[in-house]
Amino acid sequence: MSIDATDRRIIEATQKGLPIVPNPYAEIANSLGMSELDVLARMKAMQDSGIIRRIAIAPNHYALGMTANGMTVWDVEDRVASKLGHQIGALEFVSHCYLRPRARPMWPYNLFAMVHGTNRDEVEEKRQQIVALLGDHCQGAETLYSSRILKKTGLRLRDKKG
Amino acid sequence: MIVAVELDQTDRAILNRLQDGFPLSPAPFAEVADELGIVETTLLSRLSALKESRIITRFGPFYDAAALGGAFCLCAMEVAPEEFYAIAEQVNAHPEVAHNYERQHRLNMWFVLATETGAEIETVAQELEQETGHKVYLFPKEEEFFIGFRVAV
Repeated sequence: MSIDATDRRIIEATQKGLPIVPNPYAEIANSLGMSELDVLARMKAMQDSGIIRRIAIAPNHYALGMTANGMTVWDVEDRVASKLGHQIGALEFVSHCYLRPRARPMWPYNLFAMVHGTNRDEVEEKRQQIVALLGDHCQGAETLYSSRILKKTGLRLRDKKG
Repeated sequence: MIVAVELDQTDRAILNRLQDGFPLSPAPFAEVADELGIVETTLLSRLSALKESRIITRFGPFYDAAALGGAFCLCAMEVAPEEFYAIAEQVNAHPEVAHNYERQHRLNMWFVLATETGAEIETVAQELEQETGHKVYLFPKEEEFFIGFRVAV
């Protein structure tokens, strides 16, 4: 599915968030001069095709007291990496989990999981659950803690004529 | 310093439920409130408060970067301590660099490139290699697993 100019207007109107009101889609529709049904149908189509990954909240881990986070990385047998990735992504303390290409010899790891905790001991303790889950399918692992934020800017949708 | 905010059981239930998705229907908050056994007005006021106090950073649809006409790639470099600051400046000077973190590893500089097209990721990475004299390792995502982070209820 490709998006048209109308979809793009819906994206621009909602990418900063939905209004917290009883009928949020009606409010978006009003602001765009569209019908609520049309907005709902178009968003449904975008969700079905994966353009909308999910409609949800993004929690602020720091405000929740989860001030320690470790990027845990794992060298997982390719044959089972996707299946095990799903299981690790489902762990309650993992916020992001991805399969990425290895860059041997420097980087033998293909599975990345961001683990959150109140401190590093807790991150390490939780990490052991991933160790147990991966078992013999893992040939090596490391945890990379961030020591400094060097840059953090929001991602933005550039203005583009649909 | 950020102080952890006290959340009650209702806040926690809302935080967990709304990471799982949100209905595409005319009265979505009423539906979710029903599921949680609370009234719609409570859900609306709690969610507004959570957003105001920045317990949640965002509520709404998450769009796939590619659908927005963009591309993202996690990248890493190995930088010696004595040149770390200068190279961080060079890297950060590129508007395509969205986040940049120092991490404790031989690959000690980790950043995300955000560009309009996939091909531009390669171009920016090559520019960075020429400017800094260091290899840029590219780690594009091949598969994403998302369930979300949970708070204890």
